[in-house]
Amino acid sequence: MSPLNIKKGSSSHSAYDLRDPNAVVIETHTLAVVVDNESGVLARVIGLFSGRGYNIDSLTVAETDHASHLSRITVVTTGTPQVIEQIKAQLARMVPVHEVHDLTTDGPAVQRELALFKVSGKGEARIEALQLAEIFRANVVDSTLGSFVFEMTGTPEKIDAFADLMRPLGLLEMARTGVAALSRGV
Amino acid sequence: MTRQMTGAAMVVQALKDQGVEVVFGYPGGAVLPIYDEIFQQNDIRHILVRHEQGAVHMAEGYARSTGKVGVALVTSGPGATNAVTGLVDALMDSIPILVISGQVPTFMIGTDGFQEADTVGITRPCTKHNWLVKDTEKLSEVIHQAFHVSRSGRPGPVLVDIPKDVQFATGTYTPMEKTRTAHYQPRVQGDPEQILRMVELMETAERPVFYTGGGVINSGPKASQLLREFVAETDFPITSTLMGLGCYPASGKNWLGMLGMHGLYEANLAMHGCDLMINIGARFDDRITGRIKDFSPGSKKIHVDIDPSSINKVIRTDVPIIGDVTHVLEEALKLWRARGRKTNKAGLTQWWGRIAEWRSVKCLTYKNSDKIIKPQYALERLEALTKGMDRYITTEVGQHQMWAAQFLGFEGPNRWMTSGGLGTMGYGLPASIGVQVAHPDALVINVAGDASWLMNMQEMGTAMQFRTPVKQFILNNERLGMVRQWQELLHGERYSQSWSESLPDFVKLADAFGCKGIQCKDPADLDDAIRDMLAYDGPVIFDCLVEKHENCFPMIPSGKPHNEMLLGDADTQGVIGAKGAVLV
Ligand SMILES: Cc1ncc(C[n+]2csc(CCOP(=O)(O)OP(=O)(O)O)c2C)c(N)n1
Repeated sequence: MSPLNIKKGSSSHSAYDLRDPNAVVIETHTLAVVVDNESGVLARVIGLFSGRGYNIDSLTVAETDHASHLSRITVVTTGTPQVIEQIKAQLARMVPVHEVHDLTTDGPAVQRELALFKVSGKGEARIEALQLAEIFRANVVDSTLGSFVFEMTGTPEKIDAFADLMRPLGLLEMARTGVAALSRGV
Repeated sequence: MTRQMTGAAMVVQALKDQGVEVVFGYPGGAVLPIYDEIFQQNDIRHILVRHEQGAVHMAEGYARSTGKVGVALVTSGPGATNAVTGLVDALMDSIPILVISGQVPTFMIGTDGFQEADTVGITRPCTKHNWLVKDTEKLSEVIHQAFHVSRSGRPGPVLVDIPKDVQFATGTYTPMEKTRTAHYQPRVQGDPEQILRMVELMETAERPVFYTGGGVINSGPKASQLLREFVAETDFPITSTLMGLGCYPASGKNWLGMLGMHGLYEANLAMHGCDLMINIGARFDDRITGRIKDFSPGSKKIHVDIDPSSINKVIRTDVPIIGDVTHVLEEALKLWRARGRKTNKAGLTQWWGRIAEWRSVKCLTYKNSDKIIKPQYALERLEALTKGMDRYITTEVGQHQMWAAQFLGFEGPNRWMTSGGLGTMGYGLPASIGVQVAHPDALVINVAGDASWLMNMQEMGTAMQFRTPVKQFILNNERLGMVRQWQELLHGERYSQSWSESLPDFVKLADAFGCKGIQCKDPADLDDAIRDMLAYDGPVIFDCLVEKHENCFPMIPSGKPHNEMLLGDADTQGVIGAKGAVLV
């Protein structure tokens, strides 16, 4: 899988959809859903996923257009191509939903997530954590004599990789925002 | 000119502006201001029900028989929760209704106030959309939007929850024309390229079949008209789901009868063996498809549906057409005519030959009796004695429902109301009242089972109070018949809890309600008894004592393909594997 979460054979690199509609491949897609920022709208979207048995790998939501009361929900989901098509169709027919974009198939896209890591340690481990943070371009946003809090922005894979490295060095806690994503170009 | 009024007055004004003539409802603390407004006007009639579930099913019956949005009004808490079953019923069958519910005052929301329930939370997955209105300024616009959403695109139920303080407060009334609805405008025009592919396939198909559903009815009478023209001019066979009965006349020569789990042999085999399936407004429901893997294996499939999420949900479609049935049929018919009205005549002749063989099986044959009334016979007589009348049929859920679909003929749309998707026992009696309110002079019959009918029998009080002369035709087998049938076929004849014990005396019950009761148990008396029922000017409870252990055939057992249909008692030995027993 490329960092953009595009599976081989998906239509973004080809004029044709090369995926076998009947194959039971599980794909990961990032969807951007533009919705009216009204009360209950997030519950509606989440309820659709739980009610119909769809997966949510990550979900972010915030108002992105204050003047027209629009919010953007970015949801990363997995399923067979048929299920992904259903999810998009089910989202699109909801009354407060304005647009549904599949950032995985609609073209190249960038995805970023922000994460905070609290790592405790002394001596060697502390120095190693700091060196690794530098390699990963993580910032130190808090430090005490026995701990750091690192802040890092990147793809979910990069954040996973950094977490794996920090774990043996004393990772205490971690918080991540979930994916925000935009298509490239205009 | 801006008009100031209270929220409660806005509700009534908005309903009037939407052309609402009748509201089915039940009062309570949280809707008293609205009831006060209803009291002070005469344009909108209020039908006082006996249970809120009844109100919602009445609104459904009203909607399905008129094509208009049906309206129910309920109080907060228990009033709203009682409405839930009806909302889901309308959601599954795509019926346009509006439920208005009262709510505790805004400042009490979240405090577990008296009769507080999270109504929008509970009904979110039960409605097409719902709203909690916290500001009187927005109330009238929301109600107009609710009507718009309910009837646009694929119709469905909507709910507007109104806290009591919002009903009391004053605000500006937004008229219908000023309401913003631009954002929700489902697509109605089909893609011309796909319509062309549809027509091309129809021109060459050897074994085509029209598979029609409730979408044709929902699209309006013109859709049925266009469908009839298309069928007549192409001479293609046509079948329909339970929901679509009446879109093509049962007396029409191309009619194969209903398809599906209890559909006709010829209809299901035509679906299985066709090379072109033209799905118009149906959704490949599991009662239709049987085992997906074996569903119509050799056909190209065209699917016309206004809801994009119906396309490819269950069955892969070769020609998907998203649009309103009327528009798509109009365009397709125009194009097909313009291209010279071509069909594959030789193929069709052969195809009709095969269909004639299937028809000759006479799959609805049953063993009649002169001692006991067979349910099929009762419906045959009901059909014969009401033929040509201005007739509307509702049903409950069970064997009687399937027999009604098999043995009653529907010549036009909007004449058949049955709970298809949800299969709600207790639907038929209130629905019949809703239909009768909309069509006061018509003959409205609820074909019922004893068990289902008891679920909402309190509504006989409503029928009496509002003089709706609904006929309750109960096929009384003293069983939860459909459950008993499954237990016989799938659970080793272990009849767990499927006997209707302690049934009331239906004639005395009729007496208690003040309407007419008729009991009939001898086939020789049946015609006269039915005539009595039809002649009586008022509600009738007709207790038709029928064979207790009759099974409903044909039947495609769950998990089986169309061509493995059971035709009668003799065929049923050991055909259903354990896998079939898992499915419902
Ligand atoms: C509210 C509800 N509960 C349970 C069921 C399951 N169910 C389906 S048919 C049936 C039996 C119906 O019996 P009756 O109304 O007497 O009709 P019959 O099948 O005997 O014609 C039951 C219990 C249902 N459909 N709806």
